[in-house]
Amino acid sequence: MTDVIHAAEPRPASSTKPPLDPHLKALENEAIHIFREVAAEFERPVMLYSIGKDSSVLLHLARKAFHPGRVPFPLLHVDTGWKFKEMIRFRDEIARKYELDLVVHTNARGKAENVTPFTHGSALYTDIMKTEALRQALDAGKYDAAFGGARRDEEASRAKERIYSFRTPDHRWDPRNQRPELWNVYNGMVRKGESVRAFPLSNWTEVDIWRYIQAEDIPLVPLYFAAERPFVERDGMMIHAEDPRLERLPGETVQHDFIRFRTLGCFPLTGAIRSRATTLDEVIAELEIATVSERQGRAIDRDQSGSMEKKKREGYF
Amino acid sequence: MTASATAAAVHPAADAVAVTRDLRPLRLITCGSVDDGKSTLIGRLLWDTKAVKEDQAATLRRDSGQQNDLGLPDFALLLDGLQAEREQGITIDVAYRYFATDRRSFIVADTPGHEQYTRNMATGASTADLAVLLVDARTGLLEQTRRHATIASLMGIKQFVLAVNKFDLVGYDQAIFDAISHDFRELALSLGVRQITAIPMSALKGENVVYPAGAVMLWYDGPTLVETLELATVRSAQAGGFRLPVQRVSRPGESFRGYQGTVAGGSVKPGDSVVILPSGMIANVKQIVTFDLVRNAAVAGDAITLVLDRQVDVSRGDMIVSLDAQPMTGLEFEAQIVALQPDGIEPGKRYWLKSGSRRQRVSVKPLSQLELSSGSWRSHADRLAMNAIGKVRLSFDEPAIFDTYDQNRSTGAFILIDPDTHNTIAGGMIAAKRSGGIGIRYEGERVVLSLPADLADQIMASELFANRRDEADVRRMTSAQATELFQNAASDI
Repeated sequence: MTDVIHAAEPRPASSTKPPLDPHLKALENEAIHIFREVAAEFERPVMLYSIGKDSSVLLHLARKAFHPGRVPFPLLHVDTGWKFKEMIRFRDEIARKYELDLVVHTNARGKAENVTPFTHGSALYTDIMKTEALRQALDAGKYDAAFGGARRDEEASRAKERIYSFRTPDHRWDPRNQRPELWNVYNGMVRKGESVRAFPLSNWTEVDIWRYIQAEDIPLVPLYFAAERPFVERDGMMIHAEDPRLERLPGETVQHDFIRFRTLGCFPLTGAIRSRATTLDEVIAELEIATVSERQGRAIDRDQSGSMEKKKREGYF
Repeated sequence: MTASATAAAVHPAADAVAVTRDLRPLRLITCGSVDDGKSTLIGRLLWDTKAVKEDQAATLRRDSGQQNDLGLPDFALLLDGLQAEREQGITIDVAYRYFATDRRSFIVADTPGHEQYTRNMATGASTADLAVLLVDARTGLLEQTRRHATIASLMGIKQFVLAVNKFDLVGYDQAIFDAISHDFRELALSLGVRQITAIPMSALKGENVVYPAGAVMLWYDGPTLVETLELATVRSAQAGGFRLPVQRVSRPGESFRGYQGTVAGGSVKPGDSVVILPSGMIANVKQIVTFDLVRNAAVAGDAITLVLDRQVDVSRGDMIVSLDAQPMTGLEFEAQIVALQPDGIEPGKRYWLKSGSRRQRVSVKPLSQLELSSGSWRSHADRLAMNAIGKVRLSFDEPAIFDTYDQNRSTGAFILIDPDTHNTIAGGMIAAKRSGGIGIRYEGERVVLSLPADLADQIMASELFANRRDEADVRRMTSAQATELFQNAASDI
């Protein structure tokens, strides 16, 4: 089997595509540089793939970075078992379409003990089914570098994270003792057991992500676009009510309206927004005037102040 | 963080779609002393360009329980994202922040104003195109201002903005502004920086930051801070010779071999003659491959895959460069370095040096140290302590490839890595190849030839020459220059 993808094949569809504007081109170049550097310096890289829009951009950039070769590392999806059904469908279709090496990991212990967002609360559930699961998967694969789609504009503690973010053998992040990072010269020296998380999208903002998706015609999970969907209102969030495992609490009724999601995670913890944006143009237009941040729809960030930093120190991505 | 915020319908505005980014993002660094109001300034920039969303502001309000005079959240908390920083009320690390106007987007490296400023500032300045230096209008320039300006210029920043902040507290007095900006101009010029803009402002009140100050400063007809940033230039290394540090060799099948990397200088197009360093082998560019299409040309900054017209030995860490404008190769260079870690830089210790994709062993000999308060260099051959800026000599076991940092901020830059801790212990900028005259490193008789360029290229492409490339000195010049050189040489005898 050859590893060459479309090596000599003309790409007629792209010939009509306008070139990227200088802003997106600069971000793309930087991300490709990081992908290549990590792939060259580390023995066992892996790409964390969460199926969301940032992961979709990350995957697209990885394909670009290694063209005409294949993406030279596996994709790892930490599946909590509580993802939107459409996400899983989309994941499997993408892996097939791009001939990707996809590794799916679920925390067997958590599953056996029936850890759910409802029974254990969002903090403990996230700890077991995401953070612990990720550590298990990284250890099992003996990965020494893991690409992630985190952006510095997402959250205050991420604003200080390096592009190569060093982790101890037990996956801890020490924000007070990060390696200095100058120019685009990255220090990839690690000992056995140590690893880095590499963030090619560090300098991207949410608007950049959407504009790049549009410019590059990157496929996305349909949940990002408005459609009439069932939901219940809970703790100020609109929760998608499609999965039969979502039990109605007293007083809750299933409503229907045009809603969409700005970020995608576990469906019981991800809030929708009311929206009529069914196209990328409309989504971007909404975003330009949005007055709340995308993570506003994420329950896990709200548990306590500095909760993301705490999770990251413990090994959450 | 209320239900109303979540459930509120968001209505698209028709005119908001037209945001374009015709310019590359401008990277800037902000520097100032502890109380100059730096965090307030950045907070103001983020707030007035609407980069801060309501839920983030609500979190700030909840965390701080305090607001400033204008009922706005405590902007400093927006930047000091780590818990330790919030607890201690200080900034301990470089934070990166993002905001955009209709014309351009900006990446801000916000660095601490505290004592350990040098290493953090050097880190933030390494990628910056422009430095915003903050002073308090009531105190004017401080020693700290000189330090910051000196470090910024050392790191290659050619554009300075002086933000004369807290201007409301001096009654918007033009004479004060004129005096401070005059002093600053003298300082900047002494450092060789010519692009200088001074702006009187109040970050707290939002005057001359994003919006003009208006009636309170009618005498000021200059730009706001954001207008200045929108018009600033982004550095580009497109003028010099072509440089491609090879990150990896792509060999997906028998039929394809491409060299992947980011163009670090100049430009390239199919048909160009290139040299592979350090081997000295010569080839021509056959194709520039990217995901979308085979390209006609690539310029500095582009991440590309280069295909050559012949089988040559190229591996990661090599540099593919233009034949007619080559970088320096050699075993000894002089450089300026900033010591970043508590152990400092030990004379004679063998470190790893990484520049571009090339990593090699080096030993460092300190020559002098910069006295930041006066801007003068003092002879210094001992250990360089953390935060010290020193001039050093680098000695390599194998040929190193550099441009000077003045000429190329990519191929002239490097980091030092401690082989014991694996930590990054210094950032460095190449000043010169240690010359000492042609051939001075070598024993025995030398021969100087003047050859037609095409013949020289053929000779240099031979295996025999390539194997001993490091023993040879090669200069390209016009035939008139060569004639002159030989005449001068003859007259010396």
